[in-house]
Amino acid sequence: MNAEGVRSPTLFELRGISKEFPGVKALDDVSFEIRAGEVHTLVGENGAGKSTLMKVLCGAYRADRGSFFHHGRQVAIADPVDARKFGIAVIFQEFTLVPYLDIAKNIFLGREIRGPLPGLVDQRRIHAEAKRVLDAIGFDINPYIQVHKLGVAQQQMVEIAKALSQDARILVMDEPTAALSDRETELLFTMIGRLKTNGVAIVYISHRLAEVFALADRITVLRDGRKVATVLPAETTPDQLVALMVGRSVDTTYARPPRPHAGKVVLEVKGLGAPSGIANINLTVRAGEIVGLSGLVGSGRTEVARAIFGADRISSGEIRLFGERITGSTQDSTSRGMALIPENRKTQGLALARSVGDNVILAGLRKLFPSGIFAPGKAIQAARAIIAKLRIATPSVHRAVGTLSGGNQQKVVIGKWLNARARFFIFDEPTRGIDVGAKAEIFRLLDRLVHDGAAVLMISSEQIEIVHVCDRAYVMRSGRIVGELARDELTEANIVGLAVHR
Amino acid sequence: MNDDAMNKNTKGDVDIAVRSRLAFSSNAMQALYRLLAATLLCAVLASLSDVFLTENNILNVLRQTALLFLMASGLTLVILTAGLDLSVGANIALSACLSASVMKATGSASLGVATGIGCGTFIGLANGVLVTALRIPSFIATYGVMWMLTGLTYFYMGGETIHGFPPAFRQLGSGYLLGIPMPVYVMVLFLAIGTFFAQRTIWGQQVYAIGANPVAARLSGVPVHSRLVLVYTVSGAMAGLASLIILARINSAEGDIGENLTLPAIAAVLVGGTSLFGGSGTVMGTLIGALILTLVLNGMNLLQINASWQPLVTGVIVLVAVWISTLTRQSGE
Repeated sequence: MNAEGVRSPTLFELRGISKEFPGVKALDDVSFEIRAGEVHTLVGENGAGKSTLMKVLCGAYRADRGSFFHHGRQVAIADPVDARKFGIAVIFQEFTLVPYLDIAKNIFLGREIRGPLPGLVDQRRIHAEAKRVLDAIGFDINPYIQVHKLGVAQQQMVEIAKALSQDARILVMDEPTAALSDRETELLFTMIGRLKTNGVAIVYISHRLAEVFALADRITVLRDGRKVATVLPAETTPDQLVALMVGRSVDTTYARPPRPHAGKVVLEVKGLGAPSGIANINLTVRAGEIVGLSGLVGSGRTEVARAIFGADRISSGEIRLFGERITGSTQDSTSRGMALIPENRKTQGLALARSVGDNVILAGLRKLFPSGIFAPGKAIQAARAIIAKLRIATPSVHRAVGTLSGGNQQKVVIGKWLNARARFFIFDEPTRGIDVGAKAEIFRLLDRLVHDGAAVLMISSEQIEIVHVCDRAYVMRSGRIVGELARDELTEANIVGLAVHR
Repeated sequence: MNDDAMNKNTKGDVDIAVRSRLAFSSNAMQALYRLLAATLLCAVLASLSDVFLTENNILNVLRQTALLFLMASGLTLVILTAGLDLSVGANIALSACLSASVMKATGSASLGVATGIGCGTFIGLANGVLVTALRIPSFIATYGVMWMLTGLTYFYMGGETIHGFPPAFRQLGSGYLLGIPMPVYVMVLFLAIGTFFAQRTIWGQQVYAIGANPVAARLSGVPVHSRLVLVYTVSGAMAGLASLIILARINSAEGDIGENLTLPAIAAVLVGGTSLFGGSGTVMGTLIGALILTLVLNGMNLLQINASWQPLVTGVIVLVAVWISTLTRQSGE
């Protein structure tokens, strides 16, 4: 959309990049061009090659074939030091800040400005210098604040300030809004706008198409390691983009067969309160229905899920599962058929270093081996059955789960609970960081679960998911449920109307 | 959250590469490497010393290995959960001294055995409670308990030595069955029990899961606290058992009997390939680790190398062994 951006000269160019890993062609003859003052978004399903391409750009991987041009001059990028020389910086999702140092010291970490005495740092100068960098990106904050006191969004801005203070001209951002609230996202976008006017180029990777359209000057689509197209946002639509990404049309993301009528009450929560900040929560979930739990980030949805599951202490109220009161431990709730697919599958859902098989059988050990005696052969068999049932793409049951793609990791978490024969599932942001194709698959799976008589409580920050997937939904605000929407009232406008303060 | 490998920083990648093994085959490979090292060591020692392959020396090596293994076996389970038990040596001291004075007072070997094991078990249980109910990091909890036990033991013994135990009891440390020292039978028994527990019970599987990711384990319904209490209790019980074998072997108890035992036990676990980060390792590995350490010290004695060199050599072996673990785990990727 930004005509000026399109006209501005090419800052950096990758031409004909190929990269092969044993058994996979990760990149196949991909060319990518970065212009000053432009946001170039990179989209594609997980495994399409976005990450590999960016790792080649920042010097973490060496390309097998292909060449690089900096201001039209051919250059070589063999390692991260080379990349930094050309002003390329990556803003990682998991930040590399030191929590107990202040903002200024983090920005100048490893490049401290020397004071008059050897070994000492010139405190005043680095804070003044940091303030200047922060001002330049419009981030109004005291550089003396320690980083651990900052929110995720603010930490991200410190990362960006750090990169810019090292003369970065090309910033690579990988899903920068994944952990941000709507307001924080807005701030980030404002800042990106400012960076653009300063001539900084931004490579922006995102699964959220709305963001892509809001930000992009150009959009490059990767699929299976190949560049499918580079398009201007004005000349395409989200549907067309999705079709390019998956190579087929996906109106079917949310399509679902009709649901049978809801059956017996599976979960009944009355007057639930917890020290984690929720109060007077009343809700029911019946067999055969998907109930949404909506609200803004921080409204207490995850806290409700954790309290029901027995992961957090509760201070009042009662929880009944299949009519029986549960005692509030994860052991009790899981043994009664409850399952939690947590918000963060890497830190809460999986033992990344352990095998797919070990992860899949973990929750169902007691049911699989009631005598307590473990039989590896039987465990592997059970795991293979789940892998086949959920079509988890893994070369082997012994493969470390951390090496799988996000969608497949999520399936491992779900598989864990299928193996444990769970009948009530709490999904906390089940599609976070998952590409469009895998998303549709997860929803089909949800559908199959309720079709078979299970009950589902689903938390999602994307209202559209709640609207299309759920049979009804509760909306939370400030730790309380502020409304319930039946199927025919379930619209994005109604959810947002309840979720925000008026 | 994006799952493309990109947003993992490089540290995370290495971490997964190092620790992500097909748990099964990697453990087997690790054990094989170590067994190979032990065999090589035997060959070298046999060629350098005429005494090494004598029956006496072999039995001596086995007996020493057995003792080190028994102290390290329970500790292996603790380390599998990414914890540490620094109180092993101090536990052995108190258990041995209490057991000795009970035997002296009653003349009953079985009461002495019950006291030693009971004392060790109780200390382990206390460690477990500190780590779970009070949420004190295991390193600190067992470090504090180590000091307390040492103080208690010195206070109780008051500088005295207790010696002379019933012959039936002494059999436990010095006796032979079919020409093989009794401790070796105990070692084989607990190798079998330990391996069965770790590999063939769901509790064992849960222990590995806790070591790999305690949060995910808890959210999968694993009773993390009970399992932790269990492994610390087992570690304490094994220390109690080891104290009896030491007592029966040297036929006397003093306040400082447990000194310099904890660190060799940790060395045996590490040389045996168990990761201090938890989630990976085997009881069998610890046996091989104990064997390697014992062989080296035995070889140094036979070759009449000054005993002052022993700690230095032990340190080098631990570092080399852990370094090799890191390499082999990475290259398997």
